[in-house]
Amino acid sequence: METLLAITIGCLVAAGVYLMLARDMLRFLFGLTLISNAVNLAIFASGRITVGGVPPLVPEGEKYPVGDVANALPQALILTAIVIGFGLFAFSLVLAMRAYSELGTLDTDAMLLAESNDEGDKA
Amino acid sequence: MAQNSDQSASFWTAASIVPPLIAAGLFAFFLSFLHPISAGESVRHAWEWIPSMGVELSFFIDGLSLTFALLISGIGVLVMLFSGKYMAGNPQHGRFSMYLVSFMLAMLGLVLSDNLLGLFVFWELTTITSFLLIGFNHDSKLSQRSAMQALLVTGTGGLAMLAGFLLIGSVSGTMELSELRGMGDILRDSPMYLPILLLVLAGAFTKSAQFPFHFWLPNAMAAPTPVSAYLHSATMVKGGVYLLARMHPNLSGTDVWLWTLVVFGAFTTVFASVLALKQNDLKQTLAYTTLMALGALVLFLAAPGGYAITAMATFLVVHSLYKAALFLMIGCVDHSTGTRDARRLGGLIRRMPITGVAGGLAALSMAGMYPFIGFIGKELLYKAGLESPASVLIVTGAIFLASALMFAVAGVVALKPFWGSAAHMPQLDRPIREAPIPMLAGPVILGVAGLFFGLNSHALQHAVTDPIVGAVLGDMEKAKDLHLWAGVNMALYLSLATFATGLVLYLFHKTLRERLIAAGERLMSFDAKWDSLLVAINAGAVKVTALIQPGILSRYLLVVFSTITLAIGGTILARGLDIGTPVLDGITYVHLIVFGLTVSGAFVAVITNSRIAAIAGLGVTGIGVALVFIQFGAPDVAITQILVEMLVVVLFSVAALKLPTLPQRLPFHNRGLHAIVAIGLGAVVTGVVIGITSVPLNMNLTEYFEKYSYPIAHGKNIVNVILVDFRAFDTFGEISVVAVAAISAYALLKQRKSGGTS
Amino acid sequence: MNSLILSTATRLIVAILLMFSIFMLLRGHNQPGGGFIGGLIGATGFVLYAIASGTKEARAALRVAPQQMAMVGLGIAAVAGLASALFADPLFTGQWLFIGASGDDHGLPLSTVLMFDIGVYLVVMGGILTLVFALEEEI
Repeated sequence: METLLAITIGCLVAAGVYLMLARDMLRFLFGLTLISNAVNLAIFASGRITVGGVPPLVPEGEKYPVGDVANALPQALILTAIVIGFGLFAFSLVLAMRAYSELGTLDTDAMLLAESNDEGDKA
Repeated sequence: MAQNSDQSASFWTAASIVPPLIAAGLFAFFLSFLHPISAGESVRHAWEWIPSMGVELSFFIDGLSLTFALLISGIGVLVMLFSGKYMAGNPQHGRFSMYLVSFMLAMLGLVLSDNLLGLFVFWELTTITSFLLIGFNHDSKLSQRSAMQALLVTGTGGLAMLAGFLLIGSVSGTMELSELRGMGDILRDSPMYLPILLLVLAGAFTKSAQFPFHFWLPNAMAAPTPVSAYLHSATMVKGGVYLLARMHPNLSGTDVWLWTLVVFGAFTTVFASVLALKQNDLKQTLAYTTLMALGALVLFLAAPGGYAITAMATFLVVHSLYKAALFLMIGCVDHSTGTRDARRLGGLIRRMPITGVAGGLAALSMAGMYPFIGFIGKELLYKAGLESPASVLIVTGAIFLASALMFAVAGVVALKPFWGSAAHMPQLDRPIREAPIPMLAGPVILGVAGLFFGLNSHALQHAVTDPIVGAVLGDMEKAKDLHLWAGVNMALYLSLATFATGLVLYLFHKTLRERLIAAGERLMSFDAKWDSLLVAINAGAVKVTALIQPGILSRYLLVVFSTITLAIGGTILARGLDIGTPVLDGITYVHLIVFGLTVSGAFVAVITNSRIAAIAGLGVTGIGVALVFIQFGAPDVAITQILVEMLVVVLFSVAALKLPTLPQRLPFHNRGLHAIVAIGLGAVVTGVVIGITSVPLNMNLTEYFEKYSYPIAHGKNIVNVILVDFRAFDTFGEISVVAVAAISAYALLKQRKSGGTS
Repeated sequence: MNSLILSTATRLIVAILLMFSIFMLLRGHNQPGGGFIGGLIGATGFVLYAIASGTKEARAALRVAPQQMAMVGLGIAAVAGLASALFADPLFTGQWLFIGASGDDHGLPLSTVLMFDIGVYLVVMGGILTLVFALEEEI
């Protein structure tokens, strides 16, 4: 099972990296989202997975979780990571929109040119 | 630099009076150690500095450090008296005095430190304060360049020296000089001996301006004259000599030590004395004679014999006395006449008799005339040269040449300006007057001291040379006696020959100077080489920056991802990866569907040129990931993932209204490289995850949370308890990030647009 | 988006989502849920409302500016964390008050931990709505 999960993570990373390497900002953002997902899964896998896992809850009337429960620690880490990842994504998206309205392009190479032209105009 | 001062300004200001008082107090303090130290004792004081690293702020006084401390503080008194008048009226006088005192304290720290790291810190402090002093006239391009050059050359050497010290520490296990003293054999037998030696020598040679690092010292004459007198004759450049003397018990006694010091010392001393004759500016002349003296000191530190070290110790004092006196004398002349040009000065003896006599005394000592201390110093140099274990011819020959040239230079510096023809004197609108008393004190006292110690050589022997030999060789008995008249011997013949040669050189010095200046044009100039080195370094930096910082995002990412792939992948390949047997148990068709869904969503996002399809693909992947969480017992995470995934899709869709469609793909040859990097990194991550999951996991934390979640924290959802109770502070940090990201994005969107593009 | 059906249905759905989000928040300590999930659900409700009726309506319905909501939430979380100082405990140590507790019955548990989770809820909801509203107004 771990092997299968590792391969899935690897595929997500490969797809994310490939998209991030494109010169287009929008594809870059797609890639960022995929890599965030892959990293969350990797943290999850590093906490070990329990096949048919029981959620880490204390059953009614008990003091401790019963039986083989999933590892709670990575779950807590991932939960906040997902929300922060969303914050990062939203901020990058806004940045891209802002860049597009200022520079008129989402091509990162062209942005470089547009920016240096801008500076040239001001100087 | 006559423009630094105002002739009528008062000497009685705090900036003039406080520094000499501080120096005098320190001088008196160190004098009180003279008696016990000359009896062969030593004193050590230590304070804990960085106890966790075993670094102590420790100070140690023995014969060697006491002599240096007395020279630094004693000449310090005279130089500071001098500069109190010389700089009086300068609006920056206070700053100057502060630098000068800071420099003196740093220099004292250097020679008194017992800990090697402490020594290094003070060493760098002298570099920094001398940078400030050389660059004191900071609006002059020349000063800026000279200060920077001195800083870079001596600073680089200092760093090499630090590396050497750390190696010494790791080989011997101690950083205290007083403990290292007896460990010379351990260091010499260590395989690290050669690196240690070379690194320490790099520090000493740069500081003491040995060839080929000599060029910064003449340039440092851009500093005000008292600085030149103090730093570049008596103190800073002697730092390197001090270091070599200090390291003598630990590092000397090998052929490498002997020959390196002999070759560099001998070459520097001859080379510098020839160049000294070439200069027109008297200050430059003296700067080159300083190089000559430093070369001679290094030359005699090479040998282990009693004569060599006695000669080194005597010459150290001799040189400090006459060099400071002559520099200050030239400062007086410059102050009164406004020039330092050897070709123009002449006939000053009637106007400035005291300066002339004082300078004459110092020059006689420099020339090595009987009965001055310089004579004794020169005799000892010859005696030590004649018994040199390296090569009698090289050492004695170098000393002979240098001494003869010194004789001629002494005449140029001290004879001609006062007794020579006044035909070329510049016309001044004010009469040339004798220098004021605070400025005269230095040359007079130092000049007379040269004569006094010549006549009372046993005093010097008792106070200085015996203790230094004791400190360097570990046995005071090895010290040789200082005699003004040692009888008729080889050294005396050499002395007489020196005088004769020197006289001839002096008589023809004008012709020689012109020849040398003409020849100098063709000689390789280290100064120019230095400039081209700096230019080359700058050009190199520009090229490297252009290469690694082109400002192209995709290239940065390519570099980053390739580096990660190669570094981790390379490690895996080199070390091998124990992935055990693939764990494929318990896989059901549900799992296969979930994983398949996740991967295929990503695949769609990669291949499509349609934004909607890409967003949908991302959504599928996100839901797939959420399903993985559900499958393996993480409902909280799964819910969060689904909600976030939904918001991502919504945001993308909203933003898509405003953003352009996806552009066509890049040409294939670019994408090929991208695909290789992407697949490589994916494979590496897969390997890493398999590697991680195949080793046992420490479950202590998880077990702690499971055990106490309900009994202590009163919560049954362990994930939530971790978030809001056990690790609440972390969570607080994380929600702060969310809030800040939101506010920043809001500010970015609501900010008024610049320009009218939309 | 000018769909009458959507905007009518949305009013109802938003109300349900908001109640559901508070339910998830409050049960979070013992069942799946909590401040993060509650905040996300609450934000989803208003995002839906903004799509259906426009951000102006949504802002009016929310009554407070979302960025203020986020900041107030951050403040509440900070106060909840600092409160433990009053009881001479390390920072962010949970303080509990069981109203009407008897034996095994914990009664109505009130705690700084719950207060902290409410802070989280407000930050997540306020933060996301700040972003989404601003983004939609750009269009």
